[in-house]
Amino acid sequence: MSEVIDTHAGHDDHEHHGPDKGLARWLFTTNHKDIGTLYLWFSFAMFLIGGCMALVIRAELFQPGMQFVYPEFFNQMTTNHGLIMVFGAVMPAFVGLANWLVPMMVGAPDMALPRMNNLSFWILPFAFGIMISTLFMEGGGPNFGWTFYAPLSTTYAPDSVTYFIFAVHMMGASSIMGSINIIATILNMRAPGMTLMKMPLFVWTWLITAYLLLAVMPVLAGAVTMMLFDIHFGTSFFNAAGGGDPVMFQHIFWFFGHPEVYIMILPAFGIVSQILPTFARKPLFGYDSMVYAVASIAFLSFIVWAHHMFTVGMPLAGQLFFMYATMLIAIPTGVKVFNWIATMWQGSMTFETPMLFSIAFVVLFTIGGFSGLMLAITPVDYQYHDTYFVVAHFHYVLVPGAIFSIIAAVYYWLPKWCGRVYDERLGKLHFWLSFIGVNVTFFPQHFSGLAGMPRRVPDYAMQFADFNMLSSIGAFIFGLSQVFFLYIVIKAIRSGQQATDRVWEGAHGLEWTLPSPAPYHSFTHPPKVTDAEAHS
Amino acid sequence: MSVNKHCTGTRRLTIAVAVMLALLPGLALSQGIIFDDELNMRQGVTEISKSVYDLHMLILWVCVVIGVVVFGAMFWSIIHHRKSAGYKASHFHENTKLEIAWTVVPTLILIAMAVPSTEVLVDMYDTGGEDMKVEVRGYQWKWQYKYLDENRNNTFSFFSSLTTSINERENRVPKGEHYLLEVDEPLRIPVNKKVRFLVTSQDVIHAWWVPDFGIKRDAVPGMVNELWTIVPEPGVYRGQCTELCGKDHGFMPVVVEVLPQEDFDRWFADRLAAEQERKKLESMQFTHEELMTQGEGVYTKFCASCHQANGQGVPPVFPGLAGSKVATGPRDDHIRLIVNGVTGTAMQAFGGQLSKAELAAVVHFERHSWGNNAEDMTQPVDVANATAAN
Repeated sequence: MSEVIDTHAGHDDHEHHGPDKGLARWLFTTNHKDIGTLYLWFSFAMFLIGGCMALVIRAELFQPGMQFVYPEFFNQMTTNHGLIMVFGAVMPAFVGLANWLVPMMVGAPDMALPRMNNLSFWILPFAFGIMISTLFMEGGGPNFGWTFYAPLSTTYAPDSVTYFIFAVHMMGASSIMGSINIIATILNMRAPGMTLMKMPLFVWTWLITAYLLLAVMPVLAGAVTMMLFDIHFGTSFFNAAGGGDPVMFQHIFWFFGHPEVYIMILPAFGIVSQILPTFARKPLFGYDSMVYAVASIAFLSFIVWAHHMFTVGMPLAGQLFFMYATMLIAIPTGVKVFNWIATMWQGSMTFETPMLFSIAFVVLFTIGGFSGLMLAITPVDYQYHDTYFVVAHFHYVLVPGAIFSIIAAVYYWLPKWCGRVYDERLGKLHFWLSFIGVNVTFFPQHFSGLAGMPRRVPDYAMQFADFNMLSSIGAFIFGLSQVFFLYIVIKAIRSGQQATDRVWEGAHGLEWTLPSPAPYHSFTHPPKVTDAEAHS
Repeated sequence: MSVNKHCTGTRRLTIAVAVMLALLPGLALSQGIIFDDELNMRQGVTEISKSVYDLHMLILWVCVVIGVVVFGAMFWSIIHHRKSAGYKASHFHENTKLEIAWTVVPTLILIAMAVPSTEVLVDMYDTGGEDMKVEVRGYQWKWQYKYLDENRNNTFSFFSSLTTSINERENRVPKGEHYLLEVDEPLRIPVNKKVRFLVTSQDVIHAWWVPDFGIKRDAVPGMVNELWTIVPEPGVYRGQCTELCGKDHGFMPVVVEVLPQEDFDRWFADRLAAEQERKKLESMQFTHEELMTQGEGVYTKFCASCHQANGQGVPPVFPGLAGSKVATGPRDDHIRLIVNGVTGTAMQAFGGQLSKAELAAVVHFERHSWGNNAEDMTQPVDVANATAAN
């Protein structure tokens, strides 16, 4: 903390000084707000690139038959869409939000480790630059699905897989540094009186998420390193012909992969738990149980990984264990949903854009939770596994789940960030377009999956035609409405009305005690933490 | 499915939009629609697939009921507890009894779901006591079926690959009834017999799935997974590969024809006789025309998906054969490359997949097509010599 102040003291003694000018500000910044902004813009750019890939996929699947791309390229699109959305859009967006909000919420001037913060961001454009460049290499980019199962991703992979491995390593390093920083900030830089059980839920969910990241990103790094050795140094970790085991790859991958799923949803839980009380003008119901529920979900995420592998051929006892463990997740998740509804119950609700996105989150995430419960039932999962039912399930938890929460957060905190208010009418229009688009895209995929359409196919049998056409139309509606979102945000930043400090009538939390826009260094003197400004 | 064929694109769209609008408010509340084949899981024909379907419906209805209660409460609150209606906020933020209730009740519901799920799963794992064994082996991008005898030795085997033409796939001709779900030779099994499948793979991971039997298992190289089924009704059942396995993952269907016992026995005897005949061919000499005709057939089935029908390949991953060093170079090297494959590439070892007669024909065909004009002939005996010297 003192280090931050010292760094800047040399050239400006005044505490509320502004940032450097020009490009240098962004390249060398150690300021949590600047870095948060970089993360958010970067993730939005990735969101649009990954979204364009999704639209290539949906255009090809609009009708049966091959129309626009070859199967080889189609596989590169599905793979890169997944990788970019997971590692480039959702995760950096949450880190960006954490950068902006955690110091303001806990009453700190900045993040604990500002130089590492700069590094962890600036790794990302290079990682994704490398990964996207593989699409233009001889033999094409990664084409083995975002889960990159060996041996398709090793013995049978295009040459560019080595670049992919390097990019994943860089992303992992960035995530690990980001999470160390968040943990250090939360544990060391809270204002006096901000005890752990007074922290806003967004801070709590990020603390737990950061530990998940620390635990599993090295596992992912291990998996890709073993791939690298299989490909270039003649080892046989995953090569059956050399005594290796392709199934071991899946165990390692999903030991990373399942906690990763929660890494993408826990901060979303936090955001929604901040927004619902504000617009219900009523404190969050069951704060303690919310914290315990998030902790339980995080713990369970480590012992359910093989539910992604029910068809891989495990003994009966293994199948039963992973089925029961997976079903257990429904309990803490249910607690969270019930708490959110109890928060709304007998509130005095208004429905500004962040509230609309949050309510849609609760409803649509719950639908994704229902299909998740169905997928947990092993004997039935055999019929669902690797069909569009799974695609529908995880898009319901990730798009109207994670992405809606990020959009809600942007609308909610944008006035605090830039001191200007977005156009409410346009925000609501954006909400309804997104809501309709997302459901028209993904709801029919439940049906095509149940009827038997496998995922990751570039072409399909005639009986799946109706729902695919509908799904493609929805995807284009959803995709275009996100360009509209960009317009709304830029319009607010450039010419929005001046925001008040409190911004929302029902808002509680330290960040709302700061002026709008928030000063460059959030709290240079520790604020007084009153009960009213502790968790909402 | 039959409806689609008569629908134009726009009509299809209208129907689909109408169905969506009807369904969006509450997940499949309408019984009439949910039992339609296009909207729900298939019931299938086996006991297992039917119990899986029942389990699916049970859980679906549990979810629907919970959804109606939860979302009902939520929307009631949204309608009534709004500031614009003048509602004043309460300030409660905990209620221990309520919180215990909504932890315990879901736990009980989950236990109630776990019991029948466990029962069905245990039934599925009862793989013993089979009447016959078939090895199912995944290849990029086709299935091989081996009929095994008592000692798990191969009686005969064949490949089953997609027959939908590239013209249909690329929209140059109308698509047939079983577009992408048709093969040159289906797996044939007898009705009402317990058939045990030993599922494995030659290259990458595939997954073998027949929705109507309620069975799906990954085909993993170096590992043998077990599956079984008893099909009570003769018929043709179609499924697909369900694990991403590379370029043509979407083009390797699973087709199983279930025959009455006497039809199956007749077919089995014919197939066995054909196998003897095939072995005899390996000592014969063929004319250029015979080799070209047979070679083209083999090429189309086994080689064209990578090297393309015109021999141009898809460089750099799948090299062209027209004028290539291999197809215009020494014949025995050409034979050995096809027999042994190329390690670390998609080029498989075809020695175990094709007979010597087929290998000879396809080598001959490649050396005399697309402008390649080797002067040599390739006979089955040449294949035997080239590989023996290896």
